[in-house]
Amino acid sequence: MSRLSIMNETKAQATVESLHTDLERRVKGAPPGLCPLDVASSYLKVCSAQTCGKCVPCRVGLPQLERLIDDLIDGKGSMKTVSQIEKTAQTISDSADCAIGYEAANMVLKGVKGFRDDYESHAKNHKCNSDGFHAVPCVTLCPAHVDIPGYIALVNAGRYADAVRLIRKDNPFPSVCAMVCEHPCENKCRRRMVDDAINIRGLKLYAIDHSGHVPVYREGEKPAPATGKKVAIIGGGPSGISAAYYLGMMGHSVEIFEQRKRLGGMLRYGIPSYRLPREVLHEEIETLLTAGDIKVHKEVSIGGPDYPLSKLRSEFDAIYIAIGAHTDKTLKIPGEDAEGVMSAVKLLRMIGDDEYPDFRGKKVVVVGGGNVAMDCARSSLRLNADKVTLAYRRRKDDMTALAEEVEATEVEGCEILELAAPLKVEVGSDGKAKALWVKQQMISNIKGGRPAPKDASAEPIRLEADIIVVAIGQGIDSHNFEESGIAVKWGCIEAFDSEQVKGVNMDGVFSGGDCVSGPATVIRAIAAGKVAAANIDEYLGFHHPIEIPVEIPDPVPHNRPACGRVKMRERPIDERVHDFKLVEKGMTQEEMEQESNRCLRCDYYGFGKFREGREFKW
Amino acid sequence: MVNATINGKAVQVPENTTILEAAKLNNITIPHLCYLKKVNEIGACRVCVVEIEGQDRLVSSCNTILQEGMKVITNSPKARQARRVNVELILSQHNARCAECVRSGNCELQTVANDLGINEFPYHEDLPAFDWNMDFPLIRNAQKCIKCMRCVQVCDNIQKMNVWDISRTGSRTTVDVRDGQDITKVNCTICGQCITHCPVGALTVRDDTQKVRDAFASGDKIMIASVAPAVRTSWGEKLGLTHEEATQNRLASALRAVGFNYVFDTDFSADLTIMEEANEFLHRFKAGELKQYPMFTSCCPGWVRFIKMEFPDLVPQLSSAKSPQQMFGAIIKTWYAQILGVEPEKIYHVSIMPCTAKKYECDVECMNASGARDIDVVLTVRELDRLIKSEGIDAKSLEESEFDAPLGTASGAGHIFGTTGGVMEAALRTAYKVVTGSNPDANAFKYVRDYDGIKETEFEIAGIKLRIAVAHGLGNIRKLCEDIQAGRVHYDFVECMACPTGCAGGGGQPIEEGKELGEGRGRILLDLDKKMNLRFSHENPSIIQCYKEYLGEPLGEKSHHLLHTDQSKWELWK
Repeated sequence: MSRLSIMNETKAQATVESLHTDLERRVKGAPPGLCPLDVASSYLKVCSAQTCGKCVPCRVGLPQLERLIDDLIDGKGSMKTVSQIEKTAQTISDSADCAIGYEAANMVLKGVKGFRDDYESHAKNHKCNSDGFHAVPCVTLCPAHVDIPGYIALVNAGRYADAVRLIRKDNPFPSVCAMVCEHPCENKCRRRMVDDAINIRGLKLYAIDHSGHVPVYREGEKPAPATGKKVAIIGGGPSGISAAYYLGMMGHSVEIFEQRKRLGGMLRYGIPSYRLPREVLHEEIETLLTAGDIKVHKEVSIGGPDYPLSKLRSEFDAIYIAIGAHTDKTLKIPGEDAEGVMSAVKLLRMIGDDEYPDFRGKKVVVVGGGNVAMDCARSSLRLNADKVTLAYRRRKDDMTALAEEVEATEVEGCEILELAAPLKVEVGSDGKAKALWVKQQMISNIKGGRPAPKDASAEPIRLEADIIVVAIGQGIDSHNFEESGIAVKWGCIEAFDSEQVKGVNMDGVFSGGDCVSGPATVIRAIAAGKVAAANIDEYLGFHHPIEIPVEIPDPVPHNRPACGRVKMRERPIDERVHDFKLVEKGMTQEEMEQESNRCLRCDYYGFGKFREGREFKW
Repeated sequence: MVNATINGKAVQVPENTTILEAAKLNNITIPHLCYLKKVNEIGACRVCVVEIEGQDRLVSSCNTILQEGMKVITNSPKARQARRVNVELILSQHNARCAECVRSGNCELQTVANDLGINEFPYHEDLPAFDWNMDFPLIRNAQKCIKCMRCVQVCDNIQKMNVWDISRTGSRTTVDVRDGQDITKVNCTICGQCITHCPVGALTVRDDTQKVRDAFASGDKIMIASVAPAVRTSWGEKLGLTHEEATQNRLASALRAVGFNYVFDTDFSADLTIMEEANEFLHRFKAGELKQYPMFTSCCPGWVRFIKMEFPDLVPQLSSAKSPQQMFGAIIKTWYAQILGVEPEKIYHVSIMPCTAKKYECDVECMNASGARDIDVVLTVRELDRLIKSEGIDAKSLEESEFDAPLGTASGAGHIFGTTGGVMEAALRTAYKVVTGSNPDANAFKYVRDYDGIKETEFEIAGIKLRIAVAHGLGNIRKLCEDIQAGRVHYDFVECMACPTGCAGGGGQPIEEGKELGEGRGRILLDLDKKMNLRFSHENPSIIQCYKEYLGEPLGEKSHHLLHTDQSKWELWK
């Protein structure tokens, strides 16, 4: 007998570990629309298997909780059952000896509070609130409900122009989204159960790179007959143009009122061209404007005394307000008004108007942790700054920016300083910024699901800076609209799910995109435009359906072995940091083929073949 | 054409043929359960799985298209095992007390399990509660449902009523009435198409044969049977008779062998319906009542339930004429009771129907006009067959015999009531006579005989142009009603039958897996009519006698009381 032995993993242990990984992937890829109680019950089963068996609350309590929840699911429970669940879970949470018990109970308690309606429905009506419809995950999670399996099938079949046409049925901006969409569609991709999500955005990029110019209408197609109705759209960003596109197809006369020199909104004035080349954006917008009778007025501001909303309302049959979120938020620290301190909005807007400031020889500090902060940092590098530092209050892991954006920012040479809260701007006698002082933070308790920072006792740090870019979020210029009688809450225009605005005498006035949701994603703004177009059409007394324009091939059976996800390539770092040209490179043909073949075709297999796996019109 | 091999055999099939259909074309059977061609190709049961050479996983042959060069093996060890285990799993959730099931011997699950030689249940039995209102004509036994989804698809896509839906979640997912509602309270027309497309005994019609046996046993009833048009086309299918053997006269003998004192033909009362309905149509047409909306036929209770629930504004457009079944009930218990010299209560009238909704119709309270229950019991063809079998009757060996007089005499016009377009054609024949005073060519209106879902045409009678339409299947009917209501189309007279192909494809007809027999049965009726000398309802001598001796004239006082109804007063359920 040896006195000690080194731990070696047995085959069984290794297999269990790999099962944990499988389950983790599976849980992350859980399809939307499950019965929350069923989820709670099945997780309890996992928790019960983890109990060591010593303590009563955990050993006995967890399986009992599972049974009580199952009673509810089986229609055998009542509100008494719900109280029993709460009492039992609370007791386990309060009295279990270790986290295996109390954290399991906390999950149950979270559910009893978080989806109480579902508990009550099962208890009182013996019914699940879930409608039992298992929609295709990627399509459901895309705010515009783009037919993703459909266009992947078309890309796979080499029908790139048809893929573009199919995307446009729900999202007029396939090119833009191929480059900058945050792809929520990939979050619950069923392929995660096998290996990893399909690179959906990458396949879309392949489609637009190979489709050539795809006009809105094929030969013989044209917009619906003119309705004689006039719709005004305030704001020529993705949401406004999307609404204009569909309303134009429906035969309405559309006029877009854009405050700036060019159309595009945040696509032009927020997203730098190394992510979305100007010519791509320009071409896409020009194409969309051919969808019907669409006029554009630039450098016109609506809502102020010069052109009040009421005047516009009297001239048009309906209005869509999609002004976005273009005002900047300030740090409210001493020295913020010094020369050299600028907002992200201002920097990106200058670039949008092709006015590139020269940061040569300058040290730049960017404040913030979102995608806009990354855009500012990467743009500063391209404006030849000597050094770019990004200061953020929390940790890198806590940033709201996409992980790949953070990674790109870092590899391009930006230093990221975590746990650094701005304290003051040090201003030189010349009135110019000299440095940003930051208070060191430490990460602390989780609040609202995110770890919050708190002041550390360490000394403040001085970050030398000639330019300080504040990228801590944008606001909405909703003041004038509020005065016109539109309901506004926390600066956001208030609208119903139909995008009809709330407020007095606001019949026929719709609003959507960032100005309603607060700063969000391109695809959400596009979806808002689509929803508004449908509801404006109905409001005007019409029902013009937008129909699927192409036939989608059924899948042919083929093997789908577990396979890695194809990642997008990028231009070499030392080359790309010197220009504003596109960083990303598309897939090769063989990569496209492999990646599109990975698609599990949820529109066809599983629930898809039972209830239509696609929406043929809206 | 596509070239491939199945089990090593080279096959050539048209493009877009599924593996299952390609195998069938080449006499290779692939067992299947949930599959229903063109209706349910969802690959849910995974019984039809086959192996494709080079593929790791099995595919469902019902919804995989055979590709050029594909090598399919239907019985590889992997496919065999999967098929067997999947059937065993289905059986674990199926009440397999086959001996007491009406579908025993005609059950896909039973056949597949037997064919695969399954003789033990390796899994825990897991049966849900069977909780159903057994008074309702349509019964769903949750313990037998195999969740194949055929009922959902038939109701959604053919009948477009969406009565059935998936219910509950996760592994508890099952089929139930939409939104957990009560079947008696939803818009179920009781057409019974879900029953005739159910592969097992989960969906059945309420069995009323015991009521009939009890009536026989009481010994104090005059037992009368009447036979609907489409019954004669199908009654022998499950009794081992060919269509040539299963004549209406042999059916009359079988019913006598069961013990009925009188056997009558509902086709007589179909003629009676025509007399009333054709005259009513001409009356309403001339009175200008059909300028906006047409007059609709009213003989199909599934259709009447449909219009009441889905297009209530159009209910006044229904012909007020009762259906042949209900007219017969009223006549047997009045005029015929008088002939027999008995009180109506003494008569026990069994109406044999290809229909499930007729069980509802005979229970409509305001329908009874004789002072007693006009119809005592409605039996479907499937119940009739069970009754004949339970009596130990060998139908094939029976001599043929005629229906009883006078209510056993019918015209060819009455016969064709049992197929789509038949009511319209029969009515037009008599309407022509009423308007012009002479008979048309009996085939003059045969245009409406095709089996398209919606047919429309125009006829001219004595210079009057009539626009007519015929629809069968509730999905088609819904479209037609929408078009009529929206003013997109205009007709004077419209015939609707809830079941695809009409009563020939009725929900009470024998069930033949994977086959739609309605059209073939309908053509038998058209043939019967063609071979008749008597092809006009108004020339039926029994009809003439009935009006002369009892009713007076069509639309007269007595007719109004006995033969007409106000459908707006029909309760949908008691």
